[in-house]
Amino acid sequence: MTVPQTQNQPPIVFNIKRQDKPDSMPYWQTFSVPYRPNMNVTSVLQYISAYPQTAEGEKTAPINYDVACLEEVCGSCTMLINGVARQACSALIDQMRGEKGAEATITIEPMSKFPVVRDLIVDRTRMFENLKRIKGWIPVDGYYNLGAGPKIEPRKQDSLYALSRCMTCGCCLEACPQFTLENAFVGAQIFSQVRYFNMHPTGKVDADERMEVMMGDGGITDCGNAQNCVKVCPKEIPLTESIGWIGRKATVYAVKEFLVK
Amino acid sequence: MAQKRVIVVGGGLAGLSAAMKLAEDGIPVDLFSLVPVKRSHSVCAQGGINACNEVARQQGYSEWEHFEETVLGGDFLANQPPVYEMAKMAPDVINLLDRMGVPFNRTAEGFRDLRLFGGSLYKRTHFAGATTGQQLLYALDEQCRRWEAAGLITKYEFWDFLSPVLSDNGVCSGIVAQDLRTMQIRAFRGDAVIIASGGNGLIFGQSTMSVICSGSAAARCYTAGARLGNPEFMQVHPTAIPGEDKCRLMSESARGEGGRIWVPKKKGDARHANDIPEGERDYFLERIYPKYKNIVPRDIATREIFYICEQGYGVGNGQMVYLDLTEKATGIKYEVLKKKLGGILEIYEKFVGVDPLHEPMKIYPAVHYAMGGLWVDFAKDGRPVEQGGGGMEKGNPRNQMTNIPGLYAAGEADFQYHGANRLGANSLLSCIFTGLFMGPSVKKYLSDVQKGSAADVNAFVYETRLKDQQKKYETLLKASGDQNPYLIHRELGKSMSDNCTIIRVNKRMKVTLALIDELKNRYQTRLGMPDGSTWTNQTLTFARATGDMLLLSEAITKAAIARDESRGAHFKVPDDKADRHDIPLDERAFQRDDANWLKTTLVTYKDQRAELSYEPVDTSLVKPRPRTYGKTAAVK
Ligand SMILES: Cc1cc2nc3c(=O)[nH]c(=O)nc-3n(C[C@H](O)[C@H](O)[C@H](O)COP(=O)(O)OP(=O)(O)OC[C@H]3O[C@@H](n4cnc5c(N)ncnc54)[C@H](O)[C@@H]3O)c2cc1C
Ligand code: SF4
Ligand code: SF4
Ligand code: FES
Repeated sequence: MTVPQTQNQPPIVFNIKRQDKPDSMPYWQTFSVPYRPNMNVTSVLQYISAYPQTAEGEKTAPINYDVACLEEVCGSCTMLINGVARQACSALIDQMRGEKGAEATITIEPMSKFPVVRDLIVDRTRMFENLKRIKGWIPVDGYYNLGAGPKIEPRKQDSLYALSRCMTCGCCLEACPQFTLENAFVGAQIFSQVRYFNMHPTGKVDADERMEVMMGDGGITDCGNAQNCVKVCPKEIPLTESIGWIGRKATVYAVKEFLVK
Repeated sequence: MAQKRVIVVGGGLAGLSAAMKLAEDGIPVDLFSLVPVKRSHSVCAQGGINACNEVARQQGYSEWEHFEETVLGGDFLANQPPVYEMAKMAPDVINLLDRMGVPFNRTAEGFRDLRLFGGSLYKRTHFAGATTGQQLLYALDEQCRRWEAAGLITKYEFWDFLSPVLSDNGVCSGIVAQDLRTMQIRAFRGDAVIIASGGNGLIFGQSTMSVICSGSAAARCYTAGARLGNPEFMQVHPTAIPGEDKCRLMSESARGEGGRIWVPKKKGDARHANDIPEGERDYFLERIYPKYKNIVPRDIATREIFYICEQGYGVGNGQMVYLDLTEKATGIKYEVLKKKLGGILEIYEKFVGVDPLHEPMKIYPAVHYAMGGLWVDFAKDGRPVEQGGGGMEKGNPRNQMTNIPGLYAAGEADFQYHGANRLGANSLLSCIFTGLFMGPSVKKYLSDVQKGSAADVNAFVYETRLKDQQKKYETLLKASGDQNPYLIHRELGKSMSDNCTIIRVNKRMKVTLALIDELKNRYQTRLGMPDGSTWTNQTLTFARATGDMLLLSEAITKAAIARDESRGAHFKVPDDKADRHDIPLDERAFQRDDANWLKTTLVTYKDQRAELSYEPVDTSLVKPRPRTYGKTAAVK
C-alpha cells in the first residue's frame, strides 16, 4: 500500500555500492535525490544518470545497472535493496518509507552470488548455461505445421503456467545458502525448470537426461531444503513443491537405474 | 566455399523465430541483442495473439475476415498481400507455438481458450494468462537455446549493433557491433542481415515499451541508406497507468474480458468511484459505439478518452478515466477475472497499490507501438485468391528485404503489416509470422550463386566501417561539453509526447521540429560525457542512441507535418482549430483523404536530413471504405 503523499517529504538518501571493474575494489557512494510520489528505485537511478553527483556535490559517473521492462517481468534489474534481492523497478520508495520511515537511508548493492561486471551489473551467464545443460526446451519435430500440440487439461495448464513464469532473475539463488560463487549447485530456478519440462507431454522425452543432471554434482542432493528461495521469488513460483517433486522423481530414477544396471 | 551465415540483430519474437527457422535449415546464425534475448521487450506483451480458429470459423469467421479486420483497423494504409498472407498463416503459427509448449489457457475440455480483442466481433485471440508475450518469448528462447547447444546459433548478448557493412556494390555483407562489457568494437561478416530490433517508444520519453526500445538499430540502417516506411504512424494505447519512469500498460484484454471505461456524468465528481451509482456513470465508449463498445480500435478509444478529458470529465488530475473490472460493473466473478488477467492485475496492484477487482483503475493513453519502421519489400503471389493466391509468394528473396540488398527487417522494426493503426494482438503474430515466413526467402537469397559470398568481400571494407565506428565511439567518450545526454533525451521526449501523439497540429509539430534541430546542434557541439570509462559504459551507449533518436524524431515529425489528413493513429487538426474545444474532435480534424494520401510515406536520409517521398499502397484485395465501427451518438 502506498503511504499518504505529502509534497514536502525529505529527499531520498541512497547508499550505493559501486565497483568499476570485475577485479577492482568496491566502494560506497551516497546520493540524495528529491522525492516525488510513486518513485521506484529505477527512477532514482534514472535521476542520478541525469544529475550524476554524490550527496556531497562531487561529480561522478552515472550508475550502471541492468534494466529493460520496468514492470517486473524481464528479470533484468535484480539487486540487493536494503539487503534483500529484488527488482529495482518494483521496489517502490513510498512502500519502503512506509516501513522504515522517510528519513531512512536505502542501501543498494549488486547481488553477491554472481561476479560483478560493473556497479550493479552482475554476470548471470551461469543461469542460462544451466538451462542448456538440462535441455530446457520442448524437442519438437521442426517448425512446419504438424497440427496442434497435445491437448492439456486446465489443471495441468495451471501448474505449467505457474512454472513457466520464471524470469531468470536470480533472487532465489542469491537467497540460497547452498549456492555460492565457487560451487556448482544449480539452485531452485533449475529444479523448477526441470519439473516444468519433464511435466510437459513432449518435454518428457528428455526427462531422463534432465534427471541425470539432477542426480549429478550440484544437483538435488546438495539442496539443504532451507526454503529461502521460495520466500524471495517475485513470481511466486512454487519452488518448494518443485524441489519436492524433483526429490521424489530422483528416488524413482535412482531405483530404476539401479535395476537396469 | 565458406558456409554462408546470417546475422540477426534482435532477439525478441521476430529475431528468435527467424533465427530458429534458419537454423532448422542448417544455416548458421549469429544473434545479437542489447540484453539477454530472454529479456527482450516482447516479454512485456500481455493480451494475446490473433488467429482464426475452429470455433470462430464455425461462427462465420475466417482468415479472410482476419485479414479484412486488420486492413480496416489500419485504415487501408497497409499493403494488402502481406497482411493476407499473415492472416492465412496465423492458425499454423498458433499450432506451432502450442507444440513448443506455450501454456495457452485451456477450456474445461482441454482446448485452447479464446478471448475477445479490439476491432473484432469474434473471439480469435489466444492467450496465456495476461503474460502471453512472456510465454511466447520463452518458448522461442528455448528453441534457440536448443540450436545454440547444437552449435548453429551463436549468441552475442550485451552487444550493440552499430551499423550494417555494405560491400562496394552496395550489398549488405555484415555488421559492426560493440561488446557492451569490454566496449570492444568488431566487424562481422554475414551473407544476409536481419534487423529485428523492435520499436522506438523511448523517443517519446515515457511509453509502455521497455527502456531499451530506442529504435537505434533501425536508425543506423536508415543513415546507411535504408528507407523508412510510414514513420509518422505511432500507436497511442488507450489504457496505461501514467508514470514517471514508464507508463505501464493495462492490456486490451481487460476490456476484452468485460472491463468497461467510464467517467462520472458530473464534472469534478469528488466521490470515490465505488460510490458513484450506475445511473451517474457515463460509459462513453458504449454510448458512442454500441456495436463494438469498449473494444473499438485503439486509436479511436484513445481519442475519445482524450476528448472526454478535454471536456472536463476526467478523474484524478483530470487526465484519467476509469477502467472498471469490478464485479459490480462487469457482472463477472472475481475468481474468473483473477485467473484470466492475473498478470496485469498484479502490475496494477504492485505499482498503484489497489486491487483493480475491488476498485476501478485510473488510466490514460500512452505511446505504445510503432506501425512504421524500416521499409520492406514483398513479392505478390499473382494467382487469384480462390486458387490460393493473393498473398505473398513463398520463398521469394524480396519478401521482407529493405531497399539495401541483403538487409532484411522483421517484427515491430518493419513497417509492413499494420497500416495506420495496429489491432490488438496482431503484433505478436506479425513478429512470429515474419520471422518464420522470411526463413525460406533468406535461404533463397543466400543460394543465389551470382551474388557471391561475404567471405569474398575485401577486408578493407570491414576495416573502414569499423574505423568509422571506433572514431565515433572515441569522440563520444571524450565529449566534454555541458549537455548531459539523459537531459537532451528528456527534452526530446517531452516535446515529442506533447506535440506528436494523439492530436497533431502542424504549428505545434513545427515547434518540435525546430527543437529537434536545436537539440541536434547541441548534441553535436556541446555534448558532455559524464563517464569516461572504457569498460561497461552504459552512459556512452545511451548517448549514442540519443543521436539516433534525434534522427528518427525528425523523420516522424516531418512525415507527420506533411500528411494533411487523418488516418488511423495519425489525427490532424488544422492550425486554426487547434484550440476550438467547443467543436467535437471529429469535426475539428482533417478527414481521411484517399485521393491525395492513400500512399505510403518513404523517408530517405539525404544530406543529413529526412527526405520524403511516397509510393502507392497495394489495395488489390479489398476496396478502401470508411471506417466507422458503427458509431452512432454524436459526441456530447
Ligand atoms: C506493454 C506491451 C504489451 C503488449 N501486448 C501485446 C499483445 O498482447 N499482443 C500483441 O500482439 N502485441 C503486444 N504488444 C506489442 C508487441 O509486444 C511488440 O510489438 C513485439 O513484442 C515486438 O517484438 P520484436 O521481436 O519486433 O522486438 P522486441 O521484442 O522489442 O525485441 C527487440 C530486440 O532487438 C534488440 N535490439 C534493439 N536494438 C538493438 C541494437 N542497437 N543492437 C543490438 N540489439 C538490439 C533488443 O535487445 C531485443 O532483443 C505489446 C507491447 C507492449 C509495450
Ligand atoms: S531449499 Fe534452500 S538450499 Fe534448496 S534451493 Fe531453496 S534456498 Fe537453496
Ligand atoms: S524461480 Fe523465481 S526467483 Fe528464481 S530465477 Fe525464477 S523468477 Fe527468479
Ligand atoms: S526492469 Fe524488467 S524486471 Fe525490472
